[in-house]
Amino acid sequence: MTLADLNLVWPELILVVGALTLLMIGAFRGKGGPMFDGLAMLVLAAAAVAAATGEQGRAFAGGVVADNLAAFAKVAIHSASALAIPLGGGWLRRRGDDKFEFPVLILLAALGMGMMASAGDLISLYVGVELHSLALYVLAAFRRDDAKSSEAGLKYFVLGALSSGLLLYGASLIYGFAGSTHFDVIASAVQGEANTGVLFGLVFLICGLAFKVSAAPFHMWTPDVYEGAPTPVVGFFAAAPKLAAMVLLARALSEGFGTAVAQWQQVIVLVALLSIFVGAFAGLVQRNLKRLWAYSSIANIGYALLGLAAGGEAGVQSMLMFMVLYMVDVTGFFACLCALQRDGKPMETIDDMAGLFKERPGLALAMTVFALSALGLPPFSGFFAKVFVFQAALGAGLVWPAVLGLIGSVVAAYYYLRLIKVMWFDPAPGATEKPPLTAQTIAIAAALFSFPVVLVALAWLEPLALAAAAAFG
Amino acid sequence: MLGILSLITFLPLAGVAAILALRFIGKPGEKTDTVGKWIALATTLATLALSAKLVVDFDTTTAAFQFLEEVPWFAGLTYRMGVDGISVLFVLLTAFLLPLCILASWKTIQTRVLEYMVAFLVLEALVIGVFCALDLIVFYLFFEAGLVPMFLIIGIWGGKNRVYAAFKFFLYTLLGSVLMLAAILAMIGISGTSSVPELMTYHFDPAIQTWLWLAFFASFAVKMPMWPVHTWLPDAHVEAPTAGSVILAGILLKMGGYGLMRFSIPMFPQASHLFTPLVFALSVIAIIYTSLVAFRQTDIKKLIAYSSVAHMGFVTMGIFSGNVVGEQGAIFQMLSHGVIAGALFLCVGVVYDRMHTREIAFYGGLVNRMPFYAAVFMLFTMGNVGLPGTSGFVGEILTMTGAYGASTWTAALAATGVILSAVYALSLYRRVVFGEMTNPALAQIDDLNWREVVVFAPLILSTLYLGVQPDIVFNITGASVDALVGAWRAALAG
Repeated sequence: MTLADLNLVWPELILVVGALTLLMIGAFRGKGGPMFDGLAMLVLAAAAVAAATGEQGRAFAGGVVADNLAAFAKVAIHSASALAIPLGGGWLRRRGDDKFEFPVLILLAALGMGMMASAGDLISLYVGVELHSLALYVLAAFRRDDAKSSEAGLKYFVLGALSSGLLLYGASLIYGFAGSTHFDVIASAVQGEANTGVLFGLVFLICGLAFKVSAAPFHMWTPDVYEGAPTPVVGFFAAAPKLAAMVLLARALSEGFGTAVAQWQQVIVLVALLSIFVGAFAGLVQRNLKRLWAYSSIANIGYALLGLAAGGEAGVQSMLMFMVLYMVDVTGFFACLCALQRDGKPMETIDDMAGLFKERPGLALAMTVFALSALGLPPFSGFFAKVFVFQAALGAGLVWPAVLGLIGSVVAAYYYLRLIKVMWFDPAPGATEKPPLTAQTIAIAAALFSFPVVLVALAWLEPLALAAAAAFG
Repeated sequence: MLGILSLITFLPLAGVAAILALRFIGKPGEKTDTVGKWIALATTLATLALSAKLVVDFDTTTAAFQFLEEVPWFAGLTYRMGVDGISVLFVLLTAFLLPLCILASWKTIQTRVLEYMVAFLVLEALVIGVFCALDLIVFYLFFEAGLVPMFLIIGIWGGKNRVYAAFKFFLYTLLGSVLMLAAILAMIGISGTSSVPELMTYHFDPAIQTWLWLAFFASFAVKMPMWPVHTWLPDAHVEAPTAGSVILAGILLKMGGYGLMRFSIPMFPQASHLFTPLVFALSVIAIIYTSLVAFRQTDIKKLIAYSSVAHMGFVTMGIFSGNVVGEQGAIFQMLSHGVIAGALFLCVGVVYDRMHTREIAFYGGLVNRMPFYAAVFMLFTMGNVGLPGTSGFVGEILTMTGAYGASTWTAALAATGVILSAVYALSLYRRVVFGEMTNPALAQIDDLNWREVVVFAPLILSTLYLGVQPDIVFNITGASVDALVGAWRAALAG
């Protein structure tokens, strides 16, 4: 290690120092508050700027990579994390729960996710995954006096530990057979005929990461954790960590196993299709919106994986665009859920949304946009996201997976339509409380991004994603 | 550069913006609603005026696309618009029916008036976009997005079973559409372009054509709708509010036929030829079977809905006849059916608004109280049957002549549909309008009011005018249809 290596990890340094400083401030003040939240957001903004403008290269003997992909991912991750802070802070304060740990934990999670995006070998991969997971476990159980929240945290922790075990086991097999933890060395080791031991390890690695992105058949934790965890935390779970894990998966597969595409492509396709269909069919019977959106996110991760399965520049690019557009949608949706409250109780089931259009036309319109976008209907952002993914999949010759994926989206259409139906067609059972300004603003802004800003925004998102994916050409 | 087509397409959205502003700023109440209605009417009339100008400026001597617009978008997508002889009249038809829909709903829609107007204006923009789009992705965008406003129109302002009908409509159409999306993406992947004019001259491998054709057909057959995937239509029609039915029958169904002529035939000529017998068989079944089904209906709207399926059978038959007469007839039949079926649904709306039932058995003897209504209904019934002098006749005779050139049996069997349509349409008319007025509930029913007269007058004029002077349509469509048929034959020959 040389001092020059530190130049490449400025975003992480900013986050570490920022998180620890805020922790100290919080510990001495004993409480958080909007100012405190604002400071945490500034730290994230600084980290994002540092990631976007910083030097590129490899540091710590190749363990950390700073390239376009990492920069792209970090800007997206830190922005999504920054949105989670006011959303969560406002939500918690509304419930008389003003803990300063919340923004600090988000910062630590963002740090872990940044490391995941920059991981250049199996060690930093694992450290990044663990660092962000531990912060997420605590966040899931953040409402300590709420049994459901504690249950969610515990479930997440136990299953997360299992997946970390799988991940480590896979990493040790790969190291054992390839002789190195570095992706580039692994790549040259699997050149030509890949060793069975390495492939075995690869499958375990994919399983471990599939758990992190909640892809079927490793999705079981998702609905329970989403239902129990505090709503703004779920919005955070569904956005940034998913992108971080997808980027990590893309990097591990393309850099480490880019020469063995045929071996992992079928695994990813299978996982993608399973996710799409599990997400579509299991979502049909859900009444709780958080559970429903858990299945929706499972299905949507399936589409992102389908793009990734296409491999190469086009595949990674489509996956990145899909994830960014999806993150906006899902953040907006959970912002709506955070904003809505009736008689002091959060509105979390589909039936709670009855007649919302009459009550809160703005939020109802926003939720309609998110539902239609998640369904992939034009002209909303989800449509373009799906078009990119399917284009990449068809380009890679994955015709049947693409057709099956499209059919899966028709099944899922039913539950999105049911939500719209309830909001628009049914009479309202009672008045909703005035929504807080922050959550409402985020929701409306996200809806505007899904449509019509996306029509403009894609013009600059597309070349950025292309540049980020260019390394895998 | 953007031009008149984008203006026509997006003008309704200006009305939407105005009404939404009213919705969120204005005080809720009848006054605001009235302002919203006037904004909607003015917007649709302005769109109609622009569309009329489009048709007047249209150069009938060329088959090439006109009023082209091409703007680079993002991710390699391009926003392309343009019209030719096949599409330009559908733009006019859409713009023509929309003000009538707004007027027809003037008094009947009492709840959520502003949202209703917004839904119709959005739908108008999207449908016009479908007919103007010259890029596969742009086309799909408009085609698919149109589902949402229609879903809301059926679901919010529909009848008793509206939720079921709305879901059925949406999911049926979506399933067909996603297959088309897969085909569209595959075509872009193979040919490297999404431009419709370029794809028309691109030669896809016949083996791939077969799959692409089937995927497109899945979407258009549901939209048309063709037997056996027509079952969503009667439900949707019965539950939709009157104006919703008018749009559905008058315009949305035409998107299927238009799609077949715009994409399936020019882009997959070999596959189109290969599947012609299938289409003929389905068309004939649709004509005969749904006519018989229509005869058995007890609900006026359902009867007309089934008759729409039968009439669309003539259209598909004409499209796949492969000769100029058949293609011309298909376009004409679509335009004429748009006017006549729209008018018939408005006729149902007139009595439904007064009596709130569509049961045929409930009515009878209306002629005694409503002579003007009886006359109007008679005219459109005759148009539906295809009486010479109405526009319905021209479409049917041409599609059958065209089909005769391709397959004698198809034409012969389809001809029975003309008789069957007389059977169900006249018996409906007899049961509703003629006879003694036995139901006491009808004793006070009023004849058409001035607003309804205003709605019907343009429809009557166009039905009769198109019936005696169909050349105005053929002059416009001629060059493009010649080119379409010529290209198809050339592709099959070599």
